[in-house]
Amino acid sequence: MTATREKRDPLARKRLRHVPMGLRSRAMHALSARAAQGRFVLQACTECGNVTYPPRDACPQCWGELSWQDQPDGGQVLCETTVRVSTDLYFRDHMPWRMGKVLLNAGPVALVHLHAALHPGDQTVVRMMIDRGGNAALFAIPAEGTDLMSDPQWREFVVPVEGRIALVSDARSAIGRAVVKELQARGAELVVAGLPGPSLAADANDAVFNLDRVQTIALDVTDATSVAEAASRIGGPLDIVVNTARHVRTGGVSANPGFVEQRRAFEVSAMGFSRLASTFAPILAGRPNGAFVDILSSSALCGEVHQAGFAAAEAARHSLLQSLRQEMRATGVRVMSVFTGPVEDADHQHVPPPKVAPSRIASSVVDALLNGREQTCVGDAAQDAMERWLTDPALFVREKNL
Amino acid sequence: MTAAQSLVADLATAIATGSVEIVDLTNVLSPDFPVIVLPSEFGQCEPFRMETVSRYDGSGPAWYWNNISMNEHTGTHFDAPAHWITGKDVPNGTVDAVLPRDFVHPVVVIDIAAEAAQDEDFIVTRPFLEAWERANGPIPPRHWIFLRSDWSKRVGTLSYLNLRDDGAHSPGPDADAMRFLVHDRDCVGLGVETVGTDAGMCSHFDEPFPAHSILHGNGRFGLQCLTNLDRLPTFGAVIVAMPLKIKGGSGSPLRVAAMIPRS
Repeated sequence: MTATREKRDPLARKRLRHVPMGLRSRAMHALSARAAQGRFVLQACTECGNVTYPPRDACPQCWGELSWQDQPDGGQVLCETTVRVSTDLYFRDHMPWRMGKVLLNAGPVALVHLHAALHPGDQTVVRMMIDRGGNAALFAIPAEGTDLMSDPQWREFVVPVEGRIALVSDARSAIGRAVVKELQARGAELVVAGLPGPSLAADANDAVFNLDRVQTIALDVTDATSVAEAASRIGGPLDIVVNTARHVRTGGVSANPGFVEQRRAFEVSAMGFSRLASTFAPILAGRPNGAFVDILSSSALCGEVHQAGFAAAEAARHSLLQSLRQEMRATGVRVMSVFTGPVEDADHQHVPPPKVAPSRIASSVVDALLNGREQTCVGDAAQDAMERWLTDPALFVREKNL
Repeated sequence: MTAAQSLVADLATAIATGSVEIVDLTNVLSPDFPVIVLPSEFGQCEPFRMETVSRYDGSGPAWYWNNISMNEHTGTHFDAPAHWITGKDVPNGTVDAVLPRDFVHPVVVIDIAAEAAQDEDFIVTRPFLEAWERANGPIPPRHWIFLRSDWSKRVGTLSYLNLRDDGAHSPGPDADAMRFLVHDRDCVGLGVETVGTDAGMCSHFDEPFPAHSILHGNGRFGLQCLTNLDRLPTFGAVIVAMPLKIKGGSGSPLRVAAMIPRS
């Protein structure tokens, strides 16, 4: 692999990476769970209508019951301060750190992380981010037209793509090819495109694999040896892993089960996920902005009668993903889910539209990275599935399997 | 000592002293060894997979062992008659029922390396075999027929499976050649270096899959993914090929060895 590597003192001790404190109240975890979906929500009192922040268990004005509601994200910066000294290990690594108070258009005044370009009196948009410790945090950015990435404080909350090294686990599929193309176009230093066997002579002439800053590598997530060898061939730093591997086949449980395909779906989606994560997570953990992005089917949420094996494998993958996210909290590595419904590809020829274009999945992957969004739903089908599942999972499962 | 006793004792001595050389004709069974790729409407062959249970570690401090999985037709492997529909009713057609006396048979090695190098789709025909016999002598009955194509030298490269836009390209026999070998020469089976006993393009033949269809329909065997065939003499070597005793199995990965007399 020939990417330009940053210069590092070979004798320097490995730098320990810290994350912000993780301990939070239950109400705060409820906010984090919503922030992870990219929503800007605050609690509003069901009795007096007062909107409150930070999260609480009861309305501070009338003791009424609070409910989560999407809120306008605008506001005005009231004041700022720069923290230069802290006993917190994470913030000590990132001094100086700017914070400020913002009068939210939604009502409350909030203590926020402040973008370098903002000053008291400025109009601002407040983003509900997930910090490196996995908790919601408000970050005020200029209302328009600033290069957010120029602020090192902002970069702590997102995953830059430009100049980074990324691996795409299965680049042979339509999704995989689109992701390789997108990462390359968005300025990744090197995109390593994993190709499961059997290899084809035609791969050598493939336009995507011949792009500048793209290299192919043999990688089959069903084979632990192959994953280990791929890691050894990549060798050096790796910032981003995008897991595009999946095995979509039709088949039921009692009717037309297709055990060979069912087993393969589990080998790819579930066991493949574990093989990939166990090999690459330690490599990502050594990086300042490591991220593991997993593309999974929204049928992971509910099962799917005509693709029972695939949906079950994706459900297993979803479960493993949650465990990996928890394991990675202490390292600051972002674990991101990108849910999709049926894709416009060879695997979904039997499905009528609407289907999601692979290029749209690819741009959503990059969008999730650049915005530090933990959970993304691409396309109407996935968004609808997630909304219905969040609203009434029992009803959704029933409806999806009628 | 009876004649049979001294024969076996002499063989053991000859092997020990090297006057009978044992040559391994088996490829290494590894996860990256290619398996046959069928058109996408059919079920596919699983490659070899290995996961370590323990390696002198917490899961087994003093021992090393792996769980393995594969298709019956992965790596260097044996095809039993039941592998093909034509052989479904053949007596003793599954690997567990292969008679012990069929574990050991002499071999005739037909060299098609030059032809296969010239033409990746080289077809072994009956006229080719008859011309070969005129040059080399008749093929004796109850022998393995091995086709030395030097295809094993391609292992580790894309040109082994040799998949192109229109499918796989590799040499193999046509139906007349197979009928000649089975009915007129009473062969034990066909052994090849390629991933299948049939040619890469065999599904497009007038009689598709002739080797599988005719061999197995007549109770004969197949050996695939062999290597080191360039070390065998044309006549005079004996093959030891013992498939695993898989209950009702259609084939099996196995170790294949040749006994070669050295002068």
